[in-house]
Amino acid sequence: MKKFLASTVAASALALMLGMASARADDAVDPNIKQGGAITITYKDDVATLDPAIGYDWQNWSMIKSLFDGLMDYEPGTTKLKPDLAESYEISPDGKTFTFKLRHGVKFHNGREMTADDVKYSLDRVTNPKTQSPGAGFFGSIKGYDDVAAGKAGSLSGITVVDPYTIKFELTRPDATFLHVMAINFSHVVPKEEVEKYGADFGKHPVGTGAFKLAEWTLGQRIVFERNPDYWHKGLPHLDKITFEIGQEPIVALLRLQKGEIDVPGDGIPPAKFQEVMNDPEQKARVVVGGQLHTGYVTMNTTMAPFDNVKVRQAVNMAINKGRIVQLINNRAVPANQPLPPSMPGYDRAFKGYAYDVAKAKALLAEAGHPDGFATQLFAMNTDPNPRIAQAIQQDLAAIGIKASIQSLAQANVIAAGGDKAGAPMIWSGGMAWIADFPDPSNFYGPILGCAGAVPGGWNWSWYCNKDLDAKAAEADSVVDPAKSEEREKMWSAIYDKIMEDAPWAPVFNEQRFTLKSARMGGADNLYVDPVHIPINYDNVYVKDVQ
Amino acid sequence: MIAYLGRRLIQSLLILLGVSLITFALLYLLPADPVRQIAGRSATPETVENIRRQLGLDQPFIVQYWHYLTRLVSGDLGRSYIQRSEVTELIVSRLPASLLLMVGAILCELAIGLTMGLIAAVRRGTATDQTLMVVSFVGVSAPQFVVGLLLLYVFAVRLGWFPIGGYGSWRHLVLPSLTMGILGAGWYARMMRSSMIDVLRQDYMRTARAKGLARGAILFRHALPNAILPVVAMIGIDVGIFMGGIVVVESVFGWPGIGQLAWQAIQRVDIPIIMGVTLVSAVAIVLGNLLADIIAPFIDPRIKLR
Repeated sequence: MKKFLASTVAASALALMLGMASARADDAVDPNIKQGGAITITYKDDVATLDPAIGYDWQNWSMIKSLFDGLMDYEPGTTKLKPDLAESYEISPDGKTFTFKLRHGVKFHNGREMTADDVKYSLDRVTNPKTQSPGAGFFGSIKGYDDVAAGKAGSLSGITVVDPYTIKFELTRPDATFLHVMAINFSHVVPKEEVEKYGADFGKHPVGTGAFKLAEWTLGQRIVFERNPDYWHKGLPHLDKITFEIGQEPIVALLRLQKGEIDVPGDGIPPAKFQEVMNDPEQKARVVVGGQLHTGYVTMNTTMAPFDNVKVRQAVNMAINKGRIVQLINNRAVPANQPLPPSMPGYDRAFKGYAYDVAKAKALLAEAGHPDGFATQLFAMNTDPNPRIAQAIQQDLAAIGIKASIQSLAQANVIAAGGDKAGAPMIWSGGMAWIADFPDPSNFYGPILGCAGAVPGGWNWSWYCNKDLDAKAAEADSVVDPAKSEEREKMWSAIYDKIMEDAPWAPVFNEQRFTLKSARMGGADNLYVDPVHIPINYDNVYVKDVQ
Repeated sequence: MIAYLGRRLIQSLLILLGVSLITFALLYLLPADPVRQIAGRSATPETVENIRRQLGLDQPFIVQYWHYLTRLVSGDLGRSYIQRSEVTELIVSRLPASLLLMVGAILCELAIGLTMGLIAAVRRGTATDQTLMVVSFVGVSAPQFVVGLLLLYVFAVRLGWFPIGGYGSWRHLVLPSLTMGILGAGWYARMMRSSMIDVLRQDYMRTARAKGLARGAILFRHALPNAILPVVAMIGIDVGIFMGGIVVVESVFGWPGIGQLAWQAIQRVDIPIIMGVTLVSAVAIVLGNLLADIIAPFIDPRIKLR
């Protein structure tokens, strides 16, 4: 499934947008860290593609970040934006023009220097319908996007190469998220000659400007990254080599880690072994815990009776015992009361949500005309722990008289049912839940709670469409001025508070990340729960045995 | 013989055509939209429709199936929806591993199964016989997932004799082959036992004994060759069971074969890969059965190919 990432903390990611001119990246790398050594990461599934225009799952997302670079990036381990291939940038007072100055002397892995033409080419390519990029929609605010998307133009008219080291973007509307968009993988820079050479197989022969280059790819077995000796960011990466071993069951990966054969199990600690690992002080000491921009929720189809009645939806919110569900998954999450996760800017700390209250839920249900409850269906994905969580929700609902039968299906089938207006009355989102693409409150709205997502095949499984909120969302996103970022976050908080009044969702929990590493791995803890790099930030970690 | 082969090949092609049609239809009817899957969550409706058009998934079923067939004839299995690579390339790169595992598994099942069956037949009715038959029954009925993890735990983790999963050397091959082989071994032990008992009852065995031949000579020179042939002829049919088993065993051991590829594709609804692996497996099963049928008359002259 497409899981995306992004991040935590950062009181204000927008702080960096400060001012017209802006910060140069702080390139400080600890000079005491010696370069060298190799690590091994395991994965169960094949790596899909390493083409930045196409790769969109949590596994290749971070790998692509190490092979390619974009104009913007985040400070390692944080959600703080910083210029990357760009050296600096300027935003016009109306928030509609962004001008980036590029670094000199950045080279692709094939030795050629990267220039502004490559940036333009890369964005023209990702938005071209022929590329079939899942991320094309992120660039909708760039002038000329509609023509390119419709196949009427081959190039975005809003992007101008001013000189080889300067590029200008004109937008159709002020877009407060644009710098984030310039940091996501889809806007990473690729060399035209290599893309043309490999065509549809560029994803198997990636050539970028990143810290590592691809040394070997044996299908179904292993991928090897080698240090890029010409990386523009001096002092990085610390490691000489990363081997990704593919096809390893998480439980086998854990056994191998315990024997010292690998360094990080990419798929994490298998749920069945979680308690065992956490009860062992030696292993627990090597687990790094961090927040994640994730919310698990129950959607209620607001167009289907009886969920078209807001009282019924509120009753469901009060009926679910979230604390018990969190225990059910070994406390790998924290209870949620609103759509945004706590580490997302815009999270409303004062908001209390609906407390667990069976009596009140029953009363609301009676008010709504269902004193004896009703029968309905709860869809859930069929992989552990989702059926167990669905059963817990089923029991909670039974306590207020709602008899929900569980439809436990493969992921694709649940997604299909959710995207069908008459498909699913209730869905537990586990395994398919929203993880933000970038750390901005707007990212939790459009596709999953806005009118744009309430279409056949969409991700707004509640089919909740509030035109008034859509207008407020657009208004919030037009506040580009970094000085007003706090005001913008407040606008978003108000939007989510209003959504919770209408209760199309019952938010259940926010997942936490638990990364297990070998004893030889070094580097700050936040590199191992880096909000945009899952499982770890490959460029910045190091091994202690070469120090 | 040639006429027989020709007829069988035509039959086989019809079977494969049927398999392709049924699989294609089932995947078409699946209530999951592959385009949504490719487009991801943030795609706009236009992006989704654009991808649907480019993949030809907006066409009616018959047209889609026809396109698939015409490409198939030229050996093109299409491109994976998720991995975006040629399905042929993905399968070809993984086929050697699966074939190697198949050879390893067959050696294991023959070695274990025939030995057990032989001993059980000779010791017929004794506690040894009964124990062996119970063991073979357990072998046939134990889930391969459990057997695999158990073997991994004991021989790789605890004893450290073999690597914990992976691919590369003969040591990697032992445990997955054994896991696959245990199932077949139970099966072969039972067949070998009854076949051997059958042979031992024959008149010529009594003659051999009457001539005063040594027990070992009777067993290994006269009985075994006759008993073993009908059993070995079953290997062709084994291919079908094998194709089902590799999906599980390859996943447990991280063995980079087509079973693992199929398992991943099923989880991600990667239709071109599911189609490709299904067809390749069907070809293997059809060939296996054909082989078994062709070998049969050589082993037992009473069987005639018609």
